[in-house]
Amino acid sequence: MPDFSTRFSRRGLALLVPALAAGLVISACSAPGSDQPSSTGSDAPVSTELGTGPITLELYAETGFPLVKALADEFTKQHPNVKFNIREDQFTVITENAPRVLASDNAPDIIRLPTMVDLVKDDLLKNLDPYVAAYGWDKFPASQLVQLRLADGGKVRGSGSLYGLGLGYSVTGVFYNKKLAQQVGMTEPPATVAEFEELLAKAKAAGVQPIVQFNKNTAGINFPHQALQNQFGDPAQIADWIFQKPGATFDTPAALKATETIQRWAKAGYFTKDANALDYATMVGDFTKGGGLFMFNGDWESGNLDKNMAGNAGFFLFPTEAAGGKHVAMSAPNTFGIGARAKNPDAAAYFLNWAHTDAKAREISVKVGGSSPGGPAELSLPPVTEGTVLAETLKASQQLGAENGAVDFTANATGGIFAAAITPELQKLIAGQQTPEGYVKAVQAEYEKELSR
Amino acid sequence: MTAAVGGTAAGVPTGGADRQSPVRPRRRRRGRTAGWLGWLWVLPALLMYGFFVLRPLLLTMQYSLYRWNGIGQAEWVGLTNYLTVFTDSDLLKIIGNAFVLIVFFSFVPVALGLLVASLVRRMSGGPFGTVVRTVLFLPQVIPLVAAGIAWSWLLSTDGLVNQVLRAVGLGGVTRAWLGEFDTALPAVGVIGTWVMLGLCTILLVTGMSKIDPALYEAARIDGAGPVREFFAVTLPSLRQEVGVCLTVTIIAALASFDIVYISTSGGPGIQTTVPGLEIYRLAFSQRQVGLASALSVVLMVLVLACVLPIQRLTREDKA
Repeated sequence: MPDFSTRFSRRGLALLVPALAAGLVISACSAPGSDQPSSTGSDAPVSTELGTGPITLELYAETGFPLVKALADEFTKQHPNVKFNIREDQFTVITENAPRVLASDNAPDIIRLPTMVDLVKDDLLKNLDPYVAAYGWDKFPASQLVQLRLADGGKVRGSGSLYGLGLGYSVTGVFYNKKLAQQVGMTEPPATVAEFEELLAKAKAAGVQPIVQFNKNTAGINFPHQALQNQFGDPAQIADWIFQKPGATFDTPAALKATETIQRWAKAGYFTKDANALDYATMVGDFTKGGGLFMFNGDWESGNLDKNMAGNAGFFLFPTEAAGGKHVAMSAPNTFGIGARAKNPDAAAYFLNWAHTDAKAREISVKVGGSSPGGPAELSLPPVTEGTVLAETLKASQQLGAENGAVDFTANATGGIFAAAITPELQKLIAGQQTPEGYVKAVQAEYEKELSR
Repeated sequence: MTAAVGGTAAGVPTGGADRQSPVRPRRRRRGRTAGWLGWLWVLPALLMYGFFVLRPLLLTMQYSLYRWNGIGQAEWVGLTNYLTVFTDSDLLKIIGNAFVLIVFFSFVPVALGLLVASLVRRMSGGPFGTVVRTVLFLPQVIPLVAAGIAWSWLLSTDGLVNQVLRAVGLGGVTRAWLGEFDTALPAVGVIGTWVMLGLCTILLVTGMSKIDPALYEAARIDGAGPVREFFAVTLPSLRQEVGVCLTVTIIAALASFDIVYISTSGGPGIQTTVPGLEIYRLAFSQRQVGLASALSVVLMVLVLACVLPIQRLTREDKA
């Protein structure tokens, strides 16, 4: 059998090498993800002292938001022994990277967080409860931090342990173009949804584009959709759904009515005809150039609008259904958390606390970030120039806090709900390819699918 | 041909003498040493290939049998993920989109490429020919992301395409080409055609330059016009080049990602979502690594199922 041996050594080898490699690989990890690092317990002692030794804080932040860098620079100025190593990515990239980055040996100390549920389930975020007691964060208004609480190892949001703080607490509403508002006869912000719709009709009749809203890549029309949904029903119902409370559903009369309204607006031409091809940056550009009367957006654009359409931009919270009602609006912290495997968790917590309480830091939060700095209720807000959009959004933020009307974004309910259901289905809805009933059912179906896995 | 020779020829070239040598034992001994030495030469490449291609491939197959979020504990689910791929109507539509794109990425560029190549061939010598070839090949050099951005501007409501349409009195058909349900996928396809046309043309021009001019002369003497010449001489001689074009472009269509991601992000709805984009979303945004892996394996099988027959068809006659 001389021939056989040759054949075996050649052919066999050709098959054997990769097979062997494969065998090694498969046996090396029988079930993926089985050996995960466990985080330190929440009862470990924590320190509120920064010390004087050199510390480098690893910070993973969002591109295009200069606030973090500004705060870090100021912190280093006040505490020269602390340096920052800042890595920036787009928000979607952070969403995708967060789990792996947090699980790595080089986990960041402070990280801009997308939805926290999965991260807490996988034990990747530090439980901040010990710091709450140490720094007195329990004296912050409860509504400020409710979105950052998770109970039961991440199963339910909105109660339980604290897993993050905000560097700025954003509020959303409607920006309007003052010149165009005058043109269509709007003398003051609408007091009810009906008045708002009247303005839309007036604008349309006057040849003014009523709303510029992006709906490409991600569904910007979810802003007006939830703004309506917030008014048409009990906002607690929406919060429960976002917080994944058992039994919560999106298939509610309020959501349906909101969807029907959006469909009506789309048919009436209140959104631009090319909304599905309009991305966020183009929308802001168009609105700035006077391309439309209204834009649904958040206070992170205030500084930008004050600069690029100075004196011509205004802001109001979306009106209530009945006059004189309590305002409800999407408002969320720009969430930052501390990695479970962070090397300097105490310094990271010190920094987050400082950003909420230091006078200079609070000023930077407002001036650079455009949002309320949060923190204890007794601390006053830094002064801003009257007549600017920034002043208006800040006032709206205070008003919303006083009326306790903040709700999170429906887009944040689960990790994939925005990309997998809300965005495509809203694109279909405004193009007449989806019915309002179909929309609420599709969103709820995706929600259940994600929670079941 | 014995198995040993077959193995040598397919695996490692050991020099022409081996094949003809009538002395079996000597040949075998030399063959064996040379064979082992050959393995040594390819070992580094083989290791890289094993680590960066085979290992991920096998891991993907393994992941596809689990329900896993990429971090936590994985749960064995057998073939459930594959069942989902073949029963979920959205995923089936997404796979269907990729096949629609084949028309734009493969068939149109190859057909147009043949036309352009036969035109360019006649002037291949002059400076004009060089310019034409450079311009046509340019899309291959430009990063696809940049191309995607540029095209999304061209095709936007106020973009060049609509401006031109308005200028020639066709204002009625203007629209947001990438934003409307009926036109989004074809519009993405047009971008693909633009990218692939240059590649196909260059390959085909090169192929044409290798055709024996005597064949054309003979055809002309027989009284064939340019059209007849094309079908009787050019096309049959380009069998292999067409095969390569089809293979490369079909893979590009089925595995497309960048153009779609940049120009539409898969929207509106899931009208332009392709498997590559969905795999990325499932794995990294929805963190369903198992399902994403299953879809990847299905995509790989689809690519092979499309490409292998083409390879066979275009190779047979050349043997």
